[in-house]
Parts: sequence; C-alpha cells; structure tokens
Amino acid sequence: MTEKVMPFEQAISKFDPVIGLEVHVELGTKTKMFCGCSTEFGAAPNTHVCPVCLGLPGALPALNEIGVESAIRIGLALNCQIASWCRFARKNYFYPDMPKNFQTSQYDEPICFEGFLDVEVETDEGRKTFRIEIERAHMEEDTGKNSHMGGATGRIHGADYSLVDYNRAGIPLIEIVTKPIEGVGKYAPEVAKAYVGALRDILRNLGVSDVKMEQGSLRCDVNLSLRHTPESELGTRSETKNVNSLRSVERAVRYEITRQAARLTDGQRVVQETRHWHEDTGVTTSGRSKSDAEDYRYFPEPDLLPIAPDSAWVEKLRSELPENPAVRRSRLAAEWGISDFDMQTLVNSDALDLVEASIAAGVDSAAARKWWTGELARLANEQEVELDQLAITHQHLVDIEQLISTGALNDKLARQAIEGVLAGEGSIAEVVAKRGLAVVSDDGPLLAAIDEALAADPSIAEKIQSGKLQAAGAVVGAVMKATRGQADAARVRELLFERLGVSE
Amino acid sequence: MSDLIILSAADLAHKLAEKEVSAVEVTEAHLARIDQVDPDVHAFLHVDRDGALASAKAIDDQRANGQTLPVLAGVPLGLKDILATKGLPTTCGSKILEGWKPPYDATVVTKLRNAGIIILGKTNMDEFAMGSSTEHSAYGPTRNPWDLSRIPGGSGGGSSACLAAFEAPLAIGTDTGGSIRQPASVTGTVGVKPTYGGVSRYGAVALASSLDQIGPCARTVLDTALLHSVIAGHDPMDSTSINAPVPDVIAAAKLGDIKGMTIGVVKEISGDGFQAGVKQRFDEAVALLEGLGANVVEVSCPNFPYALAAYYLILPSECSSNLAKFDGIRFGMRTGDDGNHSVEQVMSLTRAAGFGDEVIRRIILGTYALSAGYYDAYYGQAQKVRTLIAQDFAKAFAQVDVLISPTAPTTAFKIGEKLDDPLAMYLNDVATIPLNLAGLPGMSLPIGLAPEDGLPVGLQIMAPAMADDRLYNVGAALERALLSQWGAPLLNSAPELAGA
Repeated sequence: MTEKVMPFEQAISKFDPVIGLEVHVELGTKTKMFCGCSTEFGAAPNTHVCPVCLGLPGALPALNEIGVESAIRIGLALNCQIASWCRFARKNYFYPDMPKNFQTSQYDEPICFEGFLDVEVETDEGRKTFRIEIERAHMEEDTGKNSHMGGATGRIHGADYSLVDYNRAGIPLIEIVTKPIEGVGKYAPEVAKAYVGALRDILRNLGVSDVKMEQGSLRCDVNLSLRHTPESELGTRSETKNVNSLRSVERAVRYEITRQAARLTDGQRVVQETRHWHEDTGVTTSGRSKSDAEDYRYFPEPDLLPIAPDSAWVEKLRSELPENPAVRRSRLAAEWGISDFDMQTLVNSDALDLVEASIAAGVDSAAARKWWTGELARLANEQEVELDQLAITHQHLVDIEQLISTGALNDKLARQAIEGVLAGEGSIAEVVAKRGLAVVSDDGPLLAAIDEALAADPSIAEKIQSGKLQAAGAVVGAVMKATRGQADAARVRELLFERLGVSE
Repeated sequence: MSDLIILSAADLAHKLAEKEVSAVEVTEAHLARIDQVDPDVHAFLHVDRDGALASAKAIDDQRANGQTLPVLAGVPLGLKDILATKGLPTTCGSKILEGWKPPYDATVVTKLRNAGIIILGKTNMDEFAMGSSTEHSAYGPTRNPWDLSRIPGGSGGGSSACLAAFEAPLAIGTDTGGSIRQPASVTGTVGVKPTYGGVSRYGAVALASSLDQIGPCARTVLDTALLHSVIAGHDPMDSTSINAPVPDVIAAAKLGDIKGMTIGVVKEISGDGFQAGVKQRFDEAVALLEGLGANVVEVSCPNFPYALAAYYLILPSECSSNLAKFDGIRFGMRTGDDGNHSVEQVMSLTRAAGFGDEVIRRIILGTYALSAGYYDAYYGQAQKVRTLIAQDFAKAFAQVDVLISPTAPTTAFKIGEKLDDPLAMYLNDVATIPLNLAGLPGMSLPIGLAPEDGLPVGLQIMAPAMADDRLYNVGAALERALLSQWGAPLLNSAPELAGA
C-alpha cells in the first residue's frame, strides 16, 4: 500500500527533521564473538556452527579478544570515551533465528560512548561540516538468518515454511548509535548519507570489517521524526530497518520526511513502528508496531566476566590508529596540489593508497596519479583484478619514470614496458632490453623517415609551409609508425620544421 | 550384596591397581546392584550398561598392557543428568529434553573419561535442578534408601541416593542453592560444592549461571576429595572458571588435623528453629570438634536472613533467561508443529507442554523480576543483598578458618509432604544458599542419626574462596572421630534394601 507523500521542498518548509542512525557492523574477525566457529561469508547453511553458537544446553560463551580490540579501535576512531569497566548484558526476546532466545549484547555499560564524527556536505553556501554526535558503540552478537519460503514476498507473512541458517549467529557486531541529529534541515538526506559513508570509510581504513553493505556486513537503521520547529519537542519516530546502500540511506530519509509530513499535515499521527525499506520502489512500508513496546529484560550476562580494558593498552591502540580518512585526503590533496574532485577520483578508483605508496617510493605525484588511474586501472580492468592485485610494484614505476625522464622511453614505449612486466618478461630493464624499446636519438633515421613521409604526400609540406602547422601531426604519426613508436615526437616535429624552413 | 559395592572408591582404586579385581567385575557388580535396587530407589534415569562395560574393558586392557592409569581408573560413578554427555540422553529431569542426545561432552565429563572413571548412567534430579526433593523430576521421584517413603533431597537426589543405595561409590552433582549438600545431608553421604569457578560449568545445563557449581559426591571425605581433584581446574571454555592452581584437597582429606584451628558457628543458621534431632547432633559435633583441639566460636552473619529472599529473585531471573533456549526449534521436544500453528505458537505450546509446574513458576517469577520498572526493586536489590552476604562472610573469615552449621533444617521428609507448599520446600535451603550467593565452597558430611526419626543429619563446613582444602581437612578430622565413636560407617546402619 503506497502512502500519501508531500513534496520534499514543501515538507521541509513546514517541518524540522530529526534523524537517528543505528549502524551495525560485522567485524572481520576470523572467528565468532563467543566461540571458535568461522565467520566466513557464503558457506553452506549451518556448517559454521557448534554447541555455543547454536545455544545448545550447557554451552557457555568465551570472549573473542580481537572483537574487543576492534570495538575499542572503532570507538577511538570515532572520538569516543572508552569504558574502564563494562559488561555484557542479555537482551531477552524469543525469535527462531536467535539460538538462545537472548542476544548477548551491551546495555547500560557500552564499551565506547560519547564520540563524534565530522562529515562534509555540499550546501547552498558551499561545503559545510556537520558534527554528528555518537551516543555509543557497543559489542553484540549477530543472529541467525531466516529464509521464508514459498511466499511471494520473501517475508514471513504468506510463507509456507521458514528455514534458519545459524552460520551468522554469533558473528561479532558493533552497533554504533548517533545522538539525535538536529538542525540539518533540508540537508538531512545528504547528511545521513555522508555520515554512513564517512563511517564506512573509517571502518574500512581500520581494517576491522569489509563493510559490504550489499552482503550485510554494514547495516543501517534510519530513525526519523518531524517537529514543527527546532524548538518543538521531538516528534514520534519511525524506525526504518536494513537500509543497505548509501543511496538508500539518502532516499529513505527523504521518503520518510515526505511521508510523515503528509500524515501530520492531514492531522494523522506518526505511528512508532518498524518500517521496511523497498529499494525497488523507494518507499517504506509498515512492519512491526512498537505499541506493545518490547521489554527486553536486560540484565548483566553472568556467563562472561566484566571487561576492564587496561588504559595502557587503550593508549597503545590509540597511538596505532591509522589517520582519519577524511583528514588524510585533505592533507594529501594539499600536498599534491590537487582538487577535491581529483582526490575523489583517486578514492573512487581505489588508487589512493597505491598513489601514496608510489610517491613514497620516489615517483612524481602527477605521474603516480596518471599511472594508477589511467593505464594501470585499464589493465586491471582488462585482467579483471583489483588494482592492488596488479603485478606492478612501485619500483616498476620508479624505474619507468626514470627512463622517461632521461628521454630513453616515451609514454607509448613505457606502456609497452609495463605490458612486458605483466606478461612475465622480467623487470623494466629486462623488458626494455628484450623488446629493444628505446627512443631513437640519432637524427639520421628520423630525417629519413620524415623525408619518406613528405614524399608519400607532398600536400603536407605545402600545408605546413602555408602556415597550417597542425598538418605536422600526420608526419609525426607516420614517423612514429615507421620507427615502431621509438621516436621522440618532439624531436621529430623539430626536425620537420627545420627541414621545411618553418618556425613554430 | 557383593562386597565390591560397599567398598569406598579409594579401596576399589587400590584393588584395581593391584589387579585384585577387574574394572569389568567392579562395573558388573554395580550394574547388578542397580538392577536389584533401582526399581525401588529410582536413582537413575538412564543406565548406560554397554558404555560402562566397554569403558571398563578398555581400562582393564590398558592395565593389562602395563599402562600407568589415573588413580580412579575403573571406579564407577553416577552422573547427574544435567551434564551433557555425547550420544547419551541428557534430560535434566524434564520432558522438554526427552530423547535429546547432546553432540558434545561437558568438560567435567571429558575429565571423568580421561581419568578412566566408569560412567554407569545419568542420575535423577528435580527438573532443571529446581527443587529440594527430586519430586519435581518429570520421570518420577527418587526414593531415599534410608526410608523409601521419604525424599533423598534435591535437586541431586539421584546422585545422593545412588551412593546411599551402594549403586555407585562416586557421583557428580550440581549445587545452585544446596543441591549437592542438602541431598548429602538427608542421605548420610558426603557432598561438596567447590568454590564458584573451581570446576568448569561448560556442559552443565545452566539453572542460574552465577550460582551453579558442579561438585563431587561420595560416601567418604577422601573419596570426595579424589573426585574433586579429577574435575577441578581452569577451563578456557568457561569464562568464569578460575585460572589458579587447584587446592590440594587430597592431602587435606588425608590430614584431618584441626588442632589450633578456629571454627565459627554461624549464629543465624546454627539450628534455632531446626528439627530437635538436627540441632542435637550438630551441638554434639561442635563439642567433638572442640575435643579435637579446635577453638569454636560463635559468629554472626546478620544479613543471612535475607539470603533466601535474594536467592529467589536472582535464581528465577537468571533461569528465566537460561531456559529461554528450550523452544522446540533446534533440539528436544516440539509440540504443535502441525501446519496450523505459527512458529511463536509452536514455541509457546512446546514450553507449556514440556516444562513442569515448578519450572514454569520460577520462569514467571524471574520474568516478572527482570521486567522494566521492577528490575531495580527486585533483581537490583537482590544483588545488593548478595554483596552484603559476601561481606558477612569476609568479616567472619577474618576471625575464623571455617564456618559450620547444620546443612538442612530437617531430616528427610515424606514424599508429597511439601509438594503443595513451595515456600516450605524453599526453606530447606536456608543454610546452604548463603554460600552460593557468595561463591564460596562448602561441604556436607554425616554426623549421625536424629534420635526422633533415625534419619541422617548433615553438618555443613564453609570456607573462603579457593580454600576448598580446609573443608576436607575439617571434614576428615570429624569423620575420623565419628567413625571411631560409631565403630562403622553410618550407612552400614541403613536398612537393607530388599530389591527386585
């Protein structure tokens, strides 16, 4: 059932949106949070299970220390306080995908709390920074996965039967919860998207998760409410679950604003409920009503000891944190003298780390960017491998740039040398030697080739002499062809004009 | 009655080591005794005849090959049916687990097997260890070998009864509020609840995680110590298990020297209001301890009167969560899966059909106590009482080496007598519960028969955390003195079971 919506501009002119974002991140630990089962994605159902993650009678949890370390590193990267003492708690509710019928989570004692993340959004007044306050980041375990079979929608209603796969049960999760994001007005959709995007960058940069939204290793719930003015009390919120792409985050916020605005304007109430996001139609639909507010009967998990991270350890983790991705990008853009747009290109093509490493190895910054976003990106694409899987080292680029700068190779020959390396022909020097790649530096063969080209088409000489210098291109091309690309194009041009007595 | 079945585990171990008797012979003798008396006693829910004999045969083969075996190799044992045993039924005395065979062994079971101990079968218990009489087993009550019309204590009544009926010289129990000690008390046997964390709980189906502890049961203090040393020790699979050396309980059980020791009688549970014969035997034991050179003083633990109330908030709260997993989805019984019920209805129907009244009562109590708006008043307050009780113990142990009390307020009562009065049933554990709340070790050992009914009375010894060896030292001293008074073990005066 499609609900009535109000155009976004109109909705924003009448209401002030408040967003809350809850992001669940699956950690990339090798084993689950409380047992030794693998966390590998995509295994046959119910093969990565044991008495612990199946919740069999008698089994007990044993804490994955790497999970705790990852949680602390995430907290530190989000400028959070790290609890000196905290506990797990049981969140009790019955659901078939939950082996124990309680989730081992954290309640009033999260391991990370009170942080923030600054995000940039394009506004009418240019790029603007919005500070997103983080309420908490806590550890918990994932549930199993239900598949509802036989129905049209894949949802439980109308299904003939359901299957449960417990491979996912017990995979470590970090839930990161923002404080209410207020005062962002019409930029609410962009701010929400920018936050999730920035969070994803940070998590990827920390190496704690593969943050694949499409595989569910990063999942976002969008809470949204409207109020008449920023001074009004918070309105009733809806909770849209599993919004699983950055674009969907933006769209879901936008849609909920237009839907709630229409309801409120029609004198209806916003129902506090869980809503489902539909990627295809771009709308949310009503799920579970929260009117019978669930009581999770939290209490401290008696089967696990409290966690008291040693402050020296926390400081060590802090000192080893990688640079914040946004800060790093700004710094490198300034160092290299490139625009935000160029930087975004590098990021989008997964070339930033590679470019930085090539520069560190001694390659000129412009050349490094050109190689990694140009020829090498093309080759990686051709070979269907990730850019960083390409068998080209930073030393290869150092070597090749060395030969270019001395004039021994031109761009075309350099590309051939790289192809040779990828074909397994050895180092740059070996490929250059084997393939006989060298710019022809002796003028004699060049002049012979020029004369041959001029003779083949006498009209060219006339054109050039009459001032149409662009006609020189045809001669340069012919000479390059004759020398199998080994000529220095600039020198050919020079010799040609000399021959014809024309000055540039 | 075969001579083999009246021997202690230590004596059996000696005869086995000397090859005077084979493990198969010992096992067969105990299986024959089970055949003879268990139709009356009903200590066992499941007898693993083939498995036990196969294990015994393997031990005999190893010994024949000249291998040096652990001390208790070849000695039989009754295992409380709350411990997961790979491929063997594990019901916890509940219908909801009928037919479930765990795919894994509890850590304690692995340790028993590694020690060459022969597991005869699984012993009866109150459903999910909730009760003090074993009447709450879904498979019918266990009867006290001293008087078949009476209860053997609970929840581990099967384990205590199999010892008292000479069906096994060793047994494993679990103690959440007294489920090892109170059955030991009313059957004239010995039982120890180790320090919380002293024995791995991995594979023991949880009742109340912060209170549960697995412990050894036997007919003598030394046998109990031998078994204790087999099952104790750190286990990475149980986060609450203590990573420290196990106290030398065997040496303590052999020592039995309490000269110069200070022993505290806890005023609040020293027998006032208890059955007269219980109080009388306790007072005599106190005199005996003084006679052995101990300095006995009275100690007050002013918060103990609140222990029972706190316990009956913490236990139901934790158990309401621990027992949530029994839903018919992944294992055990399933009810209502006929295509006409939703998964939630199947879960609900299964739980309603699979759990007994006492289990349901405690789940409801716990669910209520943890509910929003009630948590602070109930669970939160109970945890505060728990802290106060731990402080009472800490103050007491600053003055004394061990504390003592009667284990239970009465001797074994009649089957059915308290079944309709849960509060009266709960009061059985008034003296044993404080230790569980504080996580400390305790022992119950027999100190005689109450004059008015001729039934066994137990004395409880309590020690500081990880000082389990003190229980055995004091217990051994008292046991030795009593034995010389009686001239024979107390159980020798139990009536002969006619049997099948």
